[in-house]
Amino acid sequence: MTEFEPKIIGFLCNWCSYAGADLAGISRIQYPPNIRVVRVMCSGRIDPVIPLEVLINGADGVLILGCHPGDCHYAEGNLYEERKIKMLKRLLTLTGLEPERLRLEWVSASEGQRFANVVTEFTDQIKKLGPTPISTENPSQKILENLEAAKNAASGFRLRVLVGRERELTEKCNVYAEKIPQEQFDLLLEEVVKDEFTRQKIHLLTRYQPLSVKALAEATGLKPSSVLKQIVDMRRRNMIAVSDIKGTTPLYKALEVS
Amino acid sequence: MSESKQPRIGVFVCHCGVNIGGVVNVPEVVEYAMTLPNVAYAEENLYTCSSEGLSKLGEAIRKHELNRVVVASCTPRTHEPLFRGACEEVGLNKYLFHMANIREHCSWVHPKEPGRATEKAKEIVKMAVAKAALLEPQTEPEIEVQPSALVIGGGVSGMTTALSLANQNFDVHLIEIQDTLGGRLKDLYKLYPNDTLSSEVLEEYVQAVRSNPKIVVYTSSKVKHADGFIGNFKVTVNQEGKEETLDVGTIIVATGAEVLEPKGMYCYGERDNIITQLELERLMREKKLENPTNVVMIQCVGAREGKEGGRNYCSRICCAVAVKNALEIKEMFPNAEVSVLYRDMQTYGKDFEEQYSRAREKSVQFIRYDAKNPPQVTASPDAKCIVRVHDILINETLELEPDLVVLSTPLVQTEEAKELSKILKVPLGADGFFFEAHVKLRPVDFATDGIYVCGTAHSPKTIPESIAQAYAAASRASIPMAVKKVRTEAITSFVDENKCSGCGTCVKLCPYSAIQKDEHGIARVNDVLCKGCGVCAASCPEKAIGMRHFSDAQVLAEATASLGGRRK
Repeated sequence: MTEFEPKIIGFLCNWCSYAGADLAGISRIQYPPNIRVVRVMCSGRIDPVIPLEVLINGADGVLILGCHPGDCHYAEGNLYEERKIKMLKRLLTLTGLEPERLRLEWVSASEGQRFANVVTEFTDQIKKLGPTPISTENPSQKILENLEAAKNAASGFRLRVLVGRERELTEKCNVYAEKIPQEQFDLLLEEVVKDEFTRQKIHLLTRYQPLSVKALAEATGLKPSSVLKQIVDMRRRNMIAVSDIKGTTPLYKALEVS
Repeated sequence: MSESKQPRIGVFVCHCGVNIGGVVNVPEVVEYAMTLPNVAYAEENLYTCSSEGLSKLGEAIRKHELNRVVVASCTPRTHEPLFRGACEEVGLNKYLFHMANIREHCSWVHPKEPGRATEKAKEIVKMAVAKAALLEPQTEPEIEVQPSALVIGGGVSGMTTALSLANQNFDVHLIEIQDTLGGRLKDLYKLYPNDTLSSEVLEEYVQAVRSNPKIVVYTSSKVKHADGFIGNFKVTVNQEGKEETLDVGTIIVATGAEVLEPKGMYCYGERDNIITQLELERLMREKKLENPTNVVMIQCVGAREGKEGGRNYCSRICCAVAVKNALEIKEMFPNAEVSVLYRDMQTYGKDFEEQYSRAREKSVQFIRYDAKNPPQVTASPDAKCIVRVHDILINETLELEPDLVVLSTPLVQTEEAKELSKILKVPLGADGFFFEAHVKLRPVDFATDGIYVCGTAHSPKTIPESIAQAYAAASRASIPMAVKKVRTEAITSFVDENKCSGCGTCVKLCPYSAIQKDEHGIARVNDVLCKGCGVCAASCPEKAIGMRHFSDAQVLAEATASLGGRRK
């Protein structure tokens, strides 16, 4: 059997990291040929949905490279990306896919060697993790479905607004002139990530067939009471409805969300 | 040539002599490219960037009716403009061109693995073709630039900028908050390193500004309101209650800085003989310094605090100021003892170090203290002032009895500048000073085009440094005004108003203040201000913001082209 050669997609910002990669070339620094580079203007352009979509499409790893803090061509795009990736890693943990398959690093235009080191090290790490469970002979339907749920959660208003406002809330202050301590924000984020992921998971599971709370509890590994709590919220948001009652057990079916 | 029709992509794979061709099997890549969807034509070139290569590219676009072009060669950071130009020459919008980097990112870094390098090159081409198929033509709107500038601040930096611009025949409006020009220079006595009288320098400057017909001076004036963008700013200036709106093409911020008043430090304010360096300068200037016998200067008062939210920066000028004033006192009163209590003497550069040596020769005492154990000043109203300091070089606590204590305090941002930062929507850094677009590459530009910064408004600096920076700001501002027009970015974001919920997240995230809500609460992007970073699009809670040339679909098409595709 030939050695596993991972497929790695790298998103590099135009001003620092892409130039760093160019410098690695100019300096003829060798690194493994597993990375495929996509140039974007700023690392902050990488919507959390993009790495998820790339992982769903079978990438073994996703590397996002931006300017060092303070060097961003667009002031602070990299710092905003840092917040998005932090959220995304929490989300990935819930899917069963190793969050280590996603990494954000800073590489400047003068760091050709560092670019090569980061790529080499990340490639080695992914080699150790092995192929993504999605691209094997028998792709894990469960992880794939979880990634879909994560993608929908990352597309939703609640998580996006929270991540989009994180720096404002924790570093400056909100409209009531309150500054939220980082630890408190992280707790809130963790809770919203879990909520949104669970809701999207329930939504996906009930898309093709109506399911009971019990069946959903089994499929998600949550307590029935937790599932019910999410369903109550989802009904309020028109994500789900009772479609049938089997004996005394209501069955829920997903509604199309516009 | 219709650009919206079915894509017909041309792929040009460059050998770059042996740089690519020596590693990557170029004919194989060309053959592979021909099999990719939407590719109508592919060829190899020895050097695509040569004049022969470029004319072949143009010919092929015409002959094969290509409406998208991919060149697989080197980095777009150097060669994209060249190939874009070749496309434009034959009437193809330059944004329908895309580059695949198979040199810096492939042949140069994998020379020992030609097989895998060739495979990688194929995939890089595949990715580029996938993006190219989705490319759309873009335009770079051109806007007029008015050849007039507003300089805010009539100190040495502002006056230098104003003169430099006026001498290039631009109209300059110079506004000063005080009732006379001069800024900090008005307070100083002699200027180091050559002891020129500040008043002489000032007189020359003010004379030149006042007599220049291209400069209109507004004293006792403040910026009240500002609107617009590069080339077309509308700035309302308030002069003693009277308001006037100025139309200017560029704005230069030269508002200067203040000296920290060390309230509550080292008994400052409790006795008349505990003063700041600036107050000492004034006494010397007005010849009111009365025969001091023992002078103690304390450095880093309220600077380099090294604590969260503190004034952690070095004010740069205080060491040289202390050395200069110590020498001056020695000159005026040869019998006076002068001690400088310091943490680190930072008399950098070619002249300051010499002055420091001269001060030592004149037996100015330099006593080093530790920041953790600063000098103690005791001052009872009747008794003498006592300064206790632990000299860490001889590890001994000394007791001095000065009749004059001089505190070296840092330059700090002014309250007015904080207000101005909000009016102009240009940022202040953590230290309170104005924050440039890029510390190394754009040191006098703000991130917002057409607004520049110089002098101590940007950071503490000496007069020569302020003047040098003022020239830099003037020269940066003169570029768009001389050209009289600027091309704005084509890569910008846009809002789908049907999706926008008016949450305002993007408004807060945009580093250029390019997004504002309209009267209906819907976000609107000002194309002229937008720089196309895409942070708004990547964060919009409703996914209502799109990016030109880097749309989600385009980025994803490129990113997923080399993958196996969705497994279900």
